[in-house]
Amino acid sequence: MKEKILLSHGSGGRLSQQLIKELFLKKFDNSILEKLGDSAIFEQKNIRWAFSTDSYVIKPLFFPGGDIGKLAVSGTINDLAVTGATPLFLSCALIIEEGLQLSILEKIISSMKETATRANVQIITGDTKVVEHGSADGLFINTSGVGIVTTQENLSPQRIKVNDRIIINGTIGDHSIATLSKREEFDFQTEIKSDCAPLNDLIDKIIPACPGLRMMRDPTRGGLATVLNEVASEQSFAIELWEEKIPIREEVISICEILGFDPLYLANEGKVVFIVKHKEADKLLAMARAHPLGKESHIIGKVVSEPKGKVYLRTEIGSRRVIDVLTGDQLPRIC
Amino acid sequence: MKYLTEFRQKEPVKGLIKKIKQHAQDIKKEISLMEVCGTHTMAVFRYGIKALLPQELHLLSGPGCPVCVTANDYIDKAIAYAHQDKTILATFGDMMKVPGSRSSLTQETSEGAQIRVVYSSLEALEIARKNPDYRVIFLGIGFETTAPTVAASILMASEEKISNYLVLSGHKIMPPAMRSLVQDHQIRIDGFLCPGHVSAITGSKIYEFLEREYRIPCVVAGFEPLDILESIRLLLGQIKSGQARVENEYRRAVTYKGNIKAQQLMEKVFSKQSASWRGIGRISQSGLKIRRDYASFDIEAQFPIKVKASKDYPGCICGDILRGLKTPPDCSLFKKACNPSHPLGACMVSSEGTCAAYYKYHQEES
Amino acid sequence: MCLAVPLKIISIKGKMGIGELGGIKKKISLMLLNKVRVGDYVLLHAGFAINKLETKEAEELLQLLREISEVSD
Repeated sequence: MKEKILLSHGSGGRLSQQLIKELFLKKFDNSILEKLGDSAIFEQKNIRWAFSTDSYVIKPLFFPGGDIGKLAVSGTINDLAVTGATPLFLSCALIIEEGLQLSILEKIISSMKETATRANVQIITGDTKVVEHGSADGLFINTSGVGIVTTQENLSPQRIKVNDRIIINGTIGDHSIATLSKREEFDFQTEIKSDCAPLNDLIDKIIPACPGLRMMRDPTRGGLATVLNEVASEQSFAIELWEEKIPIREEVISICEILGFDPLYLANEGKVVFIVKHKEADKLLAMARAHPLGKESHIIGKVVSEPKGKVYLRTEIGSRRVIDVLTGDQLPRIC
Repeated sequence: MKYLTEFRQKEPVKGLIKKIKQHAQDIKKEISLMEVCGTHTMAVFRYGIKALLPQELHLLSGPGCPVCVTANDYIDKAIAYAHQDKTILATFGDMMKVPGSRSSLTQETSEGAQIRVVYSSLEALEIARKNPDYRVIFLGIGFETTAPTVAASILMASEEKISNYLVLSGHKIMPPAMRSLVQDHQIRIDGFLCPGHVSAITGSKIYEFLEREYRIPCVVAGFEPLDILESIRLLLGQIKSGQARVENEYRRAVTYKGNIKAQQLMEKVFSKQSASWRGIGRISQSGLKIRRDYASFDIEAQFPIKVKASKDYPGCICGDILRGLKTPPDCSLFKKACNPSHPLGACMVSSEGTCAAYYKYHQEES
Repeated sequence: MCLAVPLKIISIKGKMGIGELGGIKKKISLMLLNKVRVGDYVLLHAGFAINKLETKEAEELLQLLREISEVSD
């Protein structure tokens, strides 16, 4: 392991995974944590609880389509919802940089309230700390959430079978590009908005109607490529994606061409990947498309038997390439 | 999207593969084609092209990735400058993870060095404008495609008197490296896929020496899958009929003479000097140095520093790999001590470096 | 070492232009070219237009490739 913590350790790729495995899992050492699900599921008093936590350290605080508050609420709600739980309550811990305008904090708190109300979730406990000027990018937020699992069984990669279908509820990369457009260095104009949104309502409709739903993931930091690799890793199946079927906005493709990014690794904050029994794929697709947050849903791939544990792409020219896990964040390149 | 999607169509790909297979059969022996552009390596990987080609056709990746060929001492110098007082380093993203003798730019940011990733030298210039109390040093790397853009930034700095903008030039040019490759008798190259965007600046004329002196077929190739496959088809056509010419597949962007204005700007700001190519060694007249007229924008002229001579990691065979002599599995460090999370040589650092691409690409075959 | 992308020039002001690709608009320096006009397509590399693109040549290549596909079938 590296001696110092680098930015790459927080990007969701290979170094992050290494840190989790070699430090956190080792020290914390329990079977619930080992599953490394989007939320932790445990049973107490005959109820299956889901519990999740996430911290938000983004810059800028406001971006097209949202802000850090909306993100903090949606993110933790989604982590609960994709494990098959109905989110009930959130906590909100703030670390505020000395000097932040109160009006900005108010806007963000209002945004959190609005998002939570929309998702039928309450923020019931919190904490506030203020740190010296320069120690935080304006504001850091941590939200933790608790919910009750409603699926018959706990969702997991072990339920996945060959021939299952992979479905996503819309276009990828919007959030990354929307936040990038606000960073001064990269000087480009776009109409793209972040897809940041709580998905529990959409997921709540799908779960009872599709008992053949094997599992769900939300492709946040590290993107679609990273979460699918996590699903397939060390399993006895592989995942085949179809490049032509993956929904991407033209503007996102353009920025990726210019800066040399691969859209499969871009972060999304309002997307869920469903892995479902082949026979129920069309039904799930129709239900997703009927929901406002799923209008651009597509079946983007399937589960196959080889090469075990890997994810690969059928390219638009009919060839194939392996989709690996990234080591750190993607950086704009000239080569 | 115009000029992109049309060159990514499935049907013509099938037609080209058929033709390529026919040619390969007629040629009846092992064929080695080399591309010398990191962007070509990346495109080949992105579109899964190697798997479509016949087995007897080998596509080698040569020293065309500015990251891969940048020697340790350049990174060591950049790091040394980054730690000087009131200094901001600005760099293309490609350089961040390249290992120097002891560290990399990414690791140095965690030590407090101010290093910013930019998409263009123009952004570095803007950082200099906005931070007059700081010295902003731009890491000028890249071949003939990029050097004119950096030359332009120096001319702008000169015109606007932005005296806190300086460049650490690590620019290199292609033809001397290609000459060095073909002079090495260990290497067998049956044809070159020439870098399309370098050629957009220089013109296709720069490859004529390969035809005249070495009788090696060359095709100036674009970067879309149809460009690459058509270029391979043209090369095989030449090999089959015993020809050796410079052909231009990328005519929509490349002419014989190239972009004269860009060449003039490059010539105005830079002069040639010998340069160190990782794994290959020193090649004369292959690097670009900032001319004395613009010495005030040359960080090495203003604040010379000495760093220890570059040392490659023991056991690293990047040099042989860059020359197409060996493949990554031949390296004792490959996948063990040297992997994408912990790269030792530049071939693994750059996402289109031969070893990094091999690591990803061959996952499914292991 | 040459990631360059085709953009359409939609406006010009002095030595800077605005290029457009798939709905994205980007400022692009025209210092390396002479005689660029609105409507021209250029290759964008590291913030600069490095050359113009010739439509006729592109169309000829596509036609050639179409013919190759047809003959191969």
